[in-house]
Amino acid sequence: MAKHHISFNLNGKPVEALVEPRELLVHTIRENIQLTGTHIGCETSHCGVCTVDLNGKSVKSCTLLAVQADGGDVLTVEGLASAEGLHAVQQAFVEEHGLQCGFCTPAMLVRAYRFLQDNPDPSEEEIRWGMSGNLCRCTGYQNIIKAVQSAAKKLQQA
Amino acid sequence: MITSQFQYHKASSVEDAIQKLTEIEDAKLLAGGHSLLPMMKLRFAEPPYLIDINDIPELQGIELDGDTIRIGAMTTENEIIASDILQQHCPLLVEAAKLVADPQVRNRGTIGGDIAHGDPGNDHPAVMLALDANLVIQGPDGKRNQPANGFFLGTYWNEIAEDEILVAIEVKALKDNQGFGYHKLKRKTGDYAVAGSPVVLSLDGDKCADIRIGLTNVAPMAIRATEAENILKGQVIDEALIEQAAAQVVSACEPAADLRGDEEYKSHMAAEMVRRAIQDALQRARN
Repeated sequence: MAKHHISFNLNGKPVEALVEPRELLVHTIRENIQLTGTHIGCETSHCGVCTVDLNGKSVKSCTLLAVQADGGDVLTVEGLASAEGLHAVQQAFVEEHGLQCGFCTPAMLVRAYRFLQDNPDPSEEEIRWGMSGNLCRCTGYQNIIKAVQSAAKKLQQA
Repeated sequence: MITSQFQYHKASSVEDAIQKLTEIEDAKLLAGGHSLLPMMKLRFAEPPYLIDINDIPELQGIELDGDTIRIGAMTTENEIIASDILQQHCPLLVEAAKLVADPQVRNRGTIGGDIAHGDPGNDHPAVMLALDANLVIQGPDGKRNQPANGFFLGTYWNEIAEDEILVAIEVKALKDNQGFGYHKLKRKTGDYAVAGSPVVLSLDGDKCADIRIGLTNVAPMAIRATEAENILKGQVIDEALIEQAAAQVVSACEPAADLRGDEEYKSHMAAEMVRRAIQDALQRARN
Protein backbone atom coordinates (compact mmCIF):
# COMPACT_ATOMS: atom_id res chain seq x y z
CA MET A 1 0.00 0.00 0.00
CA ALA A 2 1.32 3.42 -0.92
CA LYS A 3 2.28 5.43 2.12
CA HIS A 4 1.14 9.01 2.56
CA HIS A 5 3.44 11.81 3.55
CA ILE A 6 1.61 13.97 6.06
CA SER A 7 2.53 17.10 7.97
CA PHE A 8 0.64 18.83 10.74
CA ASN A 9 1.18 21.07 13.74
CA LEU A 10 1.53 19.18 16.99
CA ASN A 11 1.46 21.31 20.13
CA GLY A 12 2.47 24.29 18.04
CA LYS A 13 5.40 22.64 16.27
CA PRO A 14 5.39 21.29 12.71
CA VAL A 15 5.81 17.51 12.43
CA GLU A 16 5.95 15.14 9.49
CA ALA A 17 5.25 11.45 9.15
CA LEU A 18 5.07 8.75 6.52
CA VAL A 19 1.94 6.72 7.24
CA GLU A 20 -0.02 3.83 5.81
CA PRO A 21 -3.65 4.76 5.14
CA ARG A 22 -4.74 2.46 7.98
CA GLU A 23 -2.51 4.10 10.57
CA LEU A 24 -4.60 5.76 13.26
CA LEU A 25 -3.74 9.23 14.53
CA VAL A 26 -3.19 7.89 18.05
CA HIS A 27 -0.50 5.51 16.76
CA THR A 28 1.26 8.27 14.85
CA ILE A 29 1.32 10.42 17.99
CA ARG A 30 2.44 7.63 20.34
CA GLU A 31 4.69 5.44 18.24
CA ASN A 32 6.00 7.64 15.46
CA ILE A 33 6.34 10.94 17.34
CA GLN A 34 6.69 9.24 20.73
CA LEU A 35 4.40 11.45 22.75
CA THR A 36 2.80 8.86 25.01
CA GLY A 37 0.46 11.02 27.08
CA THR A 38 -2.39 10.22 24.70
CA HIS A 39 -3.59 6.74 25.61
CA ILE A 40 -5.27 3.81 23.89
CA GLY A 41 -8.21 2.30 25.74
CA CYS A 42 -11.32 0.71 24.28
CA GLU A 43 -10.34 1.37 20.63
CA THR A 44 -13.99 1.66 19.64
CA SER A 45 -14.49 5.41 20.16
CA HIS A 46 -16.19 4.92 23.50
CA CYS A 47 -13.85 5.49 26.45
CA GLY A 48 -12.23 8.75 25.38
CA VAL A 49 -8.66 8.18 26.68
CA CYS A 50 -7.34 8.89 23.16
CA THR A 51 -8.94 12.35 23.10
CA VAL A 52 -6.88 15.09 21.46
CA ASP A 53 -7.74 18.46 20.02
CA LEU A 54 -7.87 18.65 16.22
CA ASN A 55 -8.42 22.08 14.67
CA GLY A 56 -10.01 23.38 17.86
CA LYS A 57 -12.34 20.44 18.45
CA SER A 58 -12.07 17.46 20.77
CA VAL A 59 -11.79 14.22 18.83
CA LYS A 60 -11.05 10.58 19.55
CA SER A 61 -7.72 9.86 17.90
CA CYS A 62 -8.28 6.08 17.86
CA THR A 63 -11.07 6.61 15.33
CA LEU A 64 -9.31 9.04 13.03
CA LEU A 65 -6.86 8.08 10.32
CA ALA A 66 -3.54 9.85 10.58
CA VAL A 67 -3.95 11.02 6.96
CA GLN A 68 -7.05 12.90 8.08
CA ALA A 69 -4.91 15.11 10.34
CA ASP A 70 -2.78 16.21 7.38
CA GLY A 71 -2.47 20.00 7.42
CA GLY A 72 -4.25 20.24 10.77
CA ASP A 73 -3.52 21.56 14.23
CA VAL A 74 -3.27 18.91 16.95
CA LEU A 75 -3.01 19.51 20.68
CA THR A 76 -2.15 16.74 23.15
CA VAL A 77 -1.69 16.81 26.91
CA GLU A 78 2.01 17.52 26.35
CA GLY A 79 1.04 20.87 24.86
CA LEU A 80 -0.93 22.15 27.85
CA ALA A 81 1.81 23.27 30.25
CA SER A 82 3.95 26.28 29.35
CA ALA A 83 7.25 27.77 30.55
CA GLU A 84 5.27 29.41 33.36
CA GLY A 85 4.17 26.03 34.69
CA LEU A 86 1.12 23.80 34.63
CA HIS A 87 -2.01 24.89 32.80
CA ALA A 88 -4.90 25.97 35.06
CA VAL A 89 -6.74 22.73 34.20
CA GLN A 90 -3.74 20.63 35.26
CA GLN A 91 -3.29 22.65 38.45
CA ALA A 92 -6.97 22.20 39.31
CA PHE A 93 -6.79 18.41 38.82
CA VAL A 94 -3.85 18.31 41.27
CA GLU A 95 -5.61 20.46 43.87
CA GLU A 96 -9.00 18.78 43.66
CA HIS A 97 -7.66 15.20 43.49
CA GLY A 98 -9.13 14.82 40.00
CA LEU A 99 -7.00 11.78 39.25
CA GLN A 100 -6.66 8.30 40.71
CA CYS A 101 -4.75 5.77 38.60
CA GLY A 102 -4.21 8.50 36.02
CA PHE A 103 -4.84 6.47 32.88
CA CYS A 104 -7.78 8.59 31.81
CA THR A 105 -6.27 11.86 33.06
CA PRO A 106 -4.38 13.17 30.01
CA ALA A 107 -7.51 12.94 27.86
CA MET A 108 -9.64 14.38 30.67
CA LEU A 109 -7.28 17.36 30.76
CA VAL A 110 -7.31 17.90 26.99
CA ARG A 111 -11.09 17.57 26.93
CA ALA A 112 -11.56 19.87 29.94
CA TYR A 113 -9.27 22.42 28.28
CA ARG A 114 -11.37 22.48 25.10
CA PHE A 115 -14.68 22.34 26.95
CA LEU A 116 -13.74 25.44 28.98
CA GLN A 117 -12.65 27.24 25.82
CA ASP A 118 -16.11 26.62 24.40
CA ASN A 119 -18.00 27.20 27.66
CA PRO A 120 -15.95 29.30 30.11
CA ASP A 121 -18.64 29.48 32.82
CA PRO A 122 -20.39 26.10 32.89
CA SER A 123 -22.90 24.77 35.38
CA GLU A 124 -22.21 21.41 37.04
CA GLU A 125 -24.75 19.80 34.72
CA GLU A 126 -23.03 21.30 31.67
CA ILE A 127 -19.68 19.96 32.90
CA ARG A 128 -21.14 16.45 33.27
CA TRP A 129 -22.58 16.74 29.74
CA GLY A 130 -19.35 18.18 28.32
CA MET A 131 -17.10 15.55 29.92
CA SER A 132 -19.43 12.63 29.19
CA GLY A 133 -17.24 11.25 26.39
CA ASN A 134 -14.43 10.42 28.84
CA LEU A 135 -14.68 7.40 31.12
CA CYS A 136 -12.81 6.93 34.40
CA ARG A 137 -12.83 3.31 35.62
CA CYS A 138 -11.65 4.39 39.10
CA THR A 139 -15.10 6.06 39.41
CA GLY A 140 -13.47 9.32 40.30
CA TYR A 141 -15.95 11.57 38.55
CA GLN A 142 -16.87 13.71 41.54
CA ASN A 143 -13.39 15.17 41.92
CA ILE A 144 -13.00 15.51 38.15
CA ILE A 145 -16.14 17.66 38.07
CA LYS A 146 -14.80 19.72 40.99
CA ALA A 147 -11.47 20.12 39.18
CA VAL A 148 -13.18 21.41 36.03
CA GLN A 149 -15.25 23.83 38.14
CA SER A 150 -12.11 25.05 39.85
CA ALA A 151 -10.24 25.38 36.54
CA ALA A 152 -13.11 27.45 35.14
CA LYS A 153 -12.74 29.89 38.06
CA LYS A 154 -8.95 30.02 37.67
CA LEU A 155 -9.23 30.75 33.96
CA GLN A 156 -11.82 33.46 34.51
CA GLN A 157 -9.57 35.17 37.04
CA ALA A 158 -6.48 34.91 34.81
CA MET B 1 -6.62 -2.67 16.82
CA ILE B 2 -5.62 -1.98 13.25
CA THR B 3 -7.83 -2.33 10.19
CA SER B 4 -6.98 -4.40 7.14
CA GLN B 5 -5.00 -2.62 4.50
CA PHE B 6 -6.83 -0.29 2.16
CA GLN B 7 -6.13 2.54 -0.20
CA TYR B 8 -7.21 6.05 0.73
CA HIS B 9 -8.48 8.81 -1.50
CA LYS B 10 -9.61 12.24 -0.35
CA ALA B 11 -12.44 13.24 -2.68
CA SER B 12 -12.47 16.84 -3.88
CA SER B 13 -16.10 16.86 -5.06
CA VAL B 14 -19.20 14.68 -5.16
CA GLU B 15 -18.48 13.90 -8.84
CA ASP B 16 -14.95 12.82 -7.93
CA ALA B 17 -16.31 10.52 -5.20
CA ILE B 18 -18.97 9.03 -7.52
CA GLN B 19 -16.36 8.39 -10.19
CA LYS B 20 -14.21 6.48 -7.71
CA LEU B 21 -17.26 4.54 -6.45
CA THR B 22 -18.02 3.57 -10.06
CA GLU B 23 -14.45 2.57 -10.93
CA ILE B 24 -13.49 0.64 -7.83
CA GLU B 25 -15.34 -2.43 -6.63
CA ASP B 26 -16.29 -2.49 -2.94
CA ALA B 27 -15.01 1.04 -2.30
CA LYS B 28 -16.62 2.65 0.74
CA LEU B 29 -17.28 6.26 1.62
CA LEU B 30 -15.62 7.56 4.77
CA ALA B 31 -17.87 10.12 6.45
CA GLY B 32 -17.37 10.74 10.19
CA GLY B 33 -15.95 7.24 10.42
CA HIS B 34 -17.21 6.54 13.93
CA SER B 35 -19.26 3.56 12.83
CA LEU B 36 -17.15 2.43 9.89
CA LEU B 37 -13.66 2.52 11.41
CA PRO B 38 -14.60 0.47 14.52
CA MET B 39 -16.26 -2.07 12.19
CA MET B 40 -13.07 -2.18 10.11
CA LYS B 41 -10.90 -2.62 13.20
CA LEU B 42 -13.04 -5.57 14.26
CA ARG B 43 -12.82 -6.90 10.68
CA PHE B 44 -16.58 -6.86 10.26
CA ALA B 45 -15.79 -4.72 7.23
CA GLU B 46 -12.70 -4.89 5.04
CA PRO B 47 -13.19 -2.42 2.19
CA PRO B 48 -10.12 -2.29 -0.08
CA TYR B 49 -10.59 1.40 -0.77
CA LEU B 50 -11.87 4.37 1.26
CA ILE B 51 -13.12 7.58 -0.28
CA ASP B 52 -12.94 10.36 2.28
CA ILE B 53 -15.79 12.85 1.72
CA ASN B 54 -15.06 15.04 4.77
CA ASP B 55 -13.73 18.05 2.89
CA ILE B 56 -16.30 18.40 0.11
CA PRO B 57 -17.82 21.90 0.45
CA GLU B 58 -21.13 21.05 -1.27
CA LEU B 59 -21.90 18.44 1.43
CA GLN B 60 -21.76 21.06 4.19
CA GLY B 61 -24.18 23.61 5.56
CA ILE B 62 -27.75 24.09 6.76
CA GLU B 63 -30.05 26.38 4.75
CA LEU B 64 -33.65 27.51 5.00
CA ASP B 65 -35.43 28.04 1.67
CA GLY B 66 -39.09 28.95 2.16
CA ASP B 67 -40.34 26.23 4.50
CA THR B 68 -37.73 23.67 3.41
CA ILE B 69 -34.59 23.09 5.45
CA ARG B 70 -31.69 21.59 3.52
CA ILE B 71 -28.99 19.91 5.57
CA GLY B 72 -25.75 18.88 3.88
CA ALA B 73 -25.10 15.19 4.46
CA MET B 74 -21.70 15.86 6.09
CA THR B 75 -23.15 18.16 8.74
CA THR B 76 -21.92 16.93 12.12
CA GLU B 77 -24.11 16.24 15.14
CA ASN B 78 -22.55 19.19 16.97
CA GLU B 79 -23.26 21.48 14.00
CA ILE B 80 -26.89 20.34 14.16
CA ILE B 81 -27.02 21.10 17.90
CA ALA B 82 -25.52 24.58 17.32
CA SER B 83 -27.74 25.47 14.33
CA ASP B 84 -30.07 28.44 14.90
CA ILE B 85 -32.13 27.42 11.87
CA LEU B 86 -32.76 23.96 13.32
CA GLN B 87 -33.35 25.20 16.85
CA GLN B 88 -36.01 27.53 15.49
CA HIS B 89 -37.60 25.46 12.74
CA CYS B 90 -36.87 21.81 13.49
CA PRO B 91 -35.84 21.38 17.14
CA LEU B 92 -36.59 17.64 16.93
CA LEU B 93 -33.29 17.22 15.06
CA VAL B 94 -31.43 19.18 17.73
CA GLU B 95 -32.94 17.08 20.50
CA ALA B 96 -32.08 13.84 18.69
CA ALA B 97 -28.50 14.94 17.95
CA LYS B 98 -27.93 15.71 21.63
CA LEU B 99 -28.62 12.07 22.44
CA VAL B 100 -26.21 10.66 19.85
CA ALA B 101 -22.99 9.23 21.35
CA ASP B 102 -20.82 11.78 23.22
CA PRO B 103 -19.27 15.24 22.64
CA GLN B 104 -16.15 14.01 20.84
CA VAL B 105 -18.04 11.63 18.57
CA ARG B 106 -20.58 14.37 17.80
CA ASN B 107 -17.69 16.48 16.45
CA ARG B 108 -17.04 13.86 13.76
CA GLY B 109 -20.26 11.90 13.32
CA THR B 110 -22.47 13.18 10.50
CA ILE B 111 -26.20 13.08 9.88
CA GLY B 112 -25.66 11.60 6.41
CA GLY B 113 -23.38 8.87 7.70
CA ASP B 114 -25.86 8.04 10.46
CA ILE B 115 -28.72 7.72 7.94
CA ALA B 116 -26.83 5.86 5.21
CA HIS B 117 -24.83 3.43 7.38
CA GLY B 118 -27.86 1.23 7.94
CA ASP B 119 -27.38 0.31 11.59
CA PRO B 120 -30.84 -0.09 13.17
CA GLY B 121 -29.42 1.48 16.35
CA ASN B 122 -28.64 4.77 14.63
CA ASP B 123 -30.84 7.66 15.74
CA HIS B 124 -31.51 9.71 12.62
CA PRO B 125 -33.27 7.09 10.46
CA ALA B 126 -36.38 6.98 12.69
CA VAL B 127 -36.24 10.78 13.01
CA MET B 128 -36.24 11.01 9.21
CA LEU B 129 -39.34 8.80 9.12
CA ALA B 130 -41.12 10.97 11.71
CA LEU B 131 -40.20 14.14 9.79
CA ASP B 132 -41.18 12.60 6.44
CA ALA B 133 -37.79 13.77 5.15
CA ASN B 134 -36.62 13.80 1.56
CA LEU B 135 -33.17 12.35 0.91
CA VAL B 136 -31.26 13.88 -2.00
CA ILE B 137 -29.14 11.16 -3.55
CA GLN B 138 -26.61 11.66 -6.34
CA GLY B 139 -25.24 9.07 -8.73
CA PRO B 140 -23.56 8.92 -12.14
CA ASP B 141 -26.83 10.04 -13.79
CA GLY B 142 -27.42 13.02 -11.52
CA LYS B 143 -29.55 13.73 -8.48
CA ARG B 144 -32.76 12.04 -7.40
CA ASN B 145 -35.21 12.53 -4.55
CA GLN B 146 -35.80 9.58 -2.27
CA PRO B 147 -38.44 9.77 0.46
CA ALA B 148 -37.09 8.56 3.81
CA ASN B 149 -40.23 6.42 3.98
CA GLY B 150 -39.15 3.43 1.92
CA PHE B 151 -35.40 4.10 2.15
CA PHE B 152 -34.65 1.76 5.05
CA LEU B 153 -34.86 -1.84 3.84
CA GLY B 154 -32.98 -3.87 6.45
CA THR B 155 -29.83 -4.02 8.53
CA TYR B 156 -27.05 -2.24 6.59
CA TRP B 157 -29.41 -2.25 3.64
CA ASN B 158 -30.91 0.91 2.14
CA GLU B 159 -32.44 2.10 -1.11
CA ILE B 160 -29.12 3.47 -2.35
CA ALA B 161 -26.96 2.02 -5.12
CA GLU B 162 -23.26 1.29 -4.72
CA ASP B 163 -22.32 4.22 -6.96
CA GLU B 164 -24.63 6.71 -5.24
CA ILE B 165 -24.03 9.22 -2.44
CA LEU B 166 -26.49 10.76 -0.01
CA VAL B 167 -25.76 14.46 -0.50
CA ALA B 168 -28.46 16.27 1.48
CA ILE B 169 -31.48 15.85 3.70
CA GLU B 170 -34.55 18.04 3.24
CA VAL B 171 -37.15 18.47 5.95
CA LYS B 172 -40.09 20.83 6.28
CA ALA B 173 -40.00 23.49 8.99
CA LEU B 174 -42.43 22.55 11.75
CA LYS B 175 -45.62 24.64 11.77
CA ASP B 176 -47.41 26.22 14.74
CA ASN B 177 -50.02 23.43 14.88
CA GLN B 178 -47.30 20.77 14.91
CA GLY B 179 -45.53 19.31 17.90
CA PHE B 180 -42.72 16.82 18.33
CA GLY B 181 -41.31 14.52 20.95
CA TYR B 182 -38.18 12.42 21.15
CA HIS B 183 -37.42 9.87 23.81
CA LYS B 184 -34.49 7.48 23.84
CA LEU B 185 -33.65 5.00 26.53
CA LYS B 186 -29.96 4.21 26.70
CA ARG B 187 -27.94 2.45 29.35
CA LYS B 188 -25.18 5.02 29.48
CA THR B 189 -23.62 7.92 27.61
CA GLY B 190 -22.44 6.96 24.18
CA ASP B 191 -24.60 3.87 23.91
CA TYR B 192 -27.11 3.03 21.23
CA ALA B 193 -30.78 3.05 22.20
CA VAL B 194 -32.43 0.19 24.03
CA ALA B 195 -35.41 1.72 22.25
CA GLY B 196 -36.16 5.19 20.96
CA SER B 197 -39.06 7.03 19.42
CA PRO B 198 -39.42 10.32 17.60
CA VAL B 199 -43.00 11.54 17.11
CA VAL B 200 -44.31 14.42 14.99
CA LEU B 201 -48.04 15.27 15.07
CA SER B 202 -50.32 18.01 13.71
CA LEU B 203 -53.43 19.24 15.45
CA ASP B 204 -56.59 20.49 13.77
CA GLY B 205 -58.37 22.09 16.69
CA ASP B 206 -58.34 19.37 19.35
CA LYS B 207 -58.11 16.56 16.83
CA CYS B 208 -54.92 14.87 15.67
CA ALA B 209 -54.84 15.66 11.94
CA ASP B 210 -51.69 13.65 11.30
CA ILE B 211 -49.09 11.74 13.29
CA ARG B 212 -45.87 9.94 12.44
CA ILE B 213 -44.24 7.65 14.99
CA GLY B 214 -40.72 6.37 14.32
CA LEU B 215 -39.04 3.51 16.19
CA THR B 216 -35.30 3.05 16.74
CA ASN B 217 -33.47 -0.24 17.36
CA VAL B 218 -36.49 -2.49 17.76
CA ALA B 219 -36.47 -3.99 14.25
CA PRO B 220 -33.84 -4.81 11.58
CA MET B 221 -34.11 -1.16 10.52
CA ALA B 222 -35.87 2.05 11.58
CA ILE B 223 -39.63 1.60 11.18
CA ARG B 224 -42.88 3.54 11.45
CA ALA B 225 -45.49 2.37 13.93
CA THR B 226 -48.22 2.69 11.29
CA GLU B 227 -51.01 0.88 13.11
CA ALA B 228 -50.45 2.92 16.23
CA GLU B 229 -50.59 6.06 14.09
CA ASN B 230 -53.92 4.94 12.59
CA ILE B 231 -55.44 4.58 16.06
CA LEU B 232 -54.65 8.23 16.83
CA LYS B 233 -55.24 9.92 13.46
CA GLY B 234 -58.45 11.98 13.29
CA GLN B 235 -59.09 11.53 17.02
CA VAL B 236 -58.92 13.70 20.09
CA ILE B 237 -55.94 12.00 21.73
CA ASP B 238 -56.53 10.96 25.34
CA GLU B 239 -54.86 8.54 27.75
CA ALA B 240 -56.99 5.60 26.65
CA LEU B 241 -56.08 6.10 22.98
CA ILE B 242 -52.39 6.46 23.84
CA GLU B 243 -52.64 3.12 25.69
CA GLN B 244 -54.19 1.47 22.63
CA ALA B 245 -51.44 2.92 20.43
CA ALA B 246 -48.75 1.76 22.86
CA ALA B 247 -50.16 -1.77 22.74
CA GLN B 248 -49.89 -1.65 18.94
CA VAL B 249 -46.27 -0.50 19.22
CA VAL B 250 -45.43 -3.55 21.34
CA SER B 251 -46.71 -5.88 18.62
CA ALA B 252 -44.96 -3.88 15.85
CA CYS B 253 -41.53 -4.40 17.45
CA GLU B 254 -39.22 -7.23 16.40
CA PRO B 255 -36.08 -6.42 18.39
CA ALA B 256 -33.01 -8.62 18.64
CA ALA B 257 -32.15 -9.69 22.18
CA ASP B 258 -28.72 -8.54 23.31
CA LEU B 259 -26.95 -7.04 26.33
CA ARG B 260 -29.46 -4.18 26.30
CA GLY B 261 -32.33 -6.54 27.04
CA ASP B 262 -34.59 -9.30 25.77
CA GLU B 263 -37.33 -8.91 23.16
CA GLU B 264 -40.12 -8.36 25.67
CA TYR B 265 -38.25 -5.69 27.62
CA LYS B 266 -37.20 -3.80 24.50
CA SER B 267 -40.72 -3.86 23.03
CA HIS B 268 -42.22 -2.54 26.24
CA MET B 269 -39.58 0.16 26.51
CA ALA B 270 -40.32 1.17 22.90
CA ALA B 271 -43.99 1.58 23.85
CA GLU B 272 -42.99 3.69 26.85
CA MET B 273 -40.78 5.92 24.69
CA VAL B 274 -43.74 6.35 22.31
CA ARG B 275 -46.10 7.27 25.19
CA ARG B 276 -43.70 9.96 26.41
CA ALA B 277 -42.96 11.28 22.92
CA ILE B 278 -46.69 11.58 22.11
CA GLN B 279 -47.31 13.48 25.36
CA ASP B 280 -44.49 15.91 24.56
CA ALA B 281 -45.67 16.33 20.97
CA LEU B 282 -49.25 17.03 22.10
CA GLN B 283 -48.13 19.59 24.63
CA ARG B 284 -45.91 21.38 22.13
CA ALA B 285 -48.58 21.39 19.41
CA ARG B 286 -51.10 22.95 21.83
CA ASN B 287 -48.74 25.76 22.92
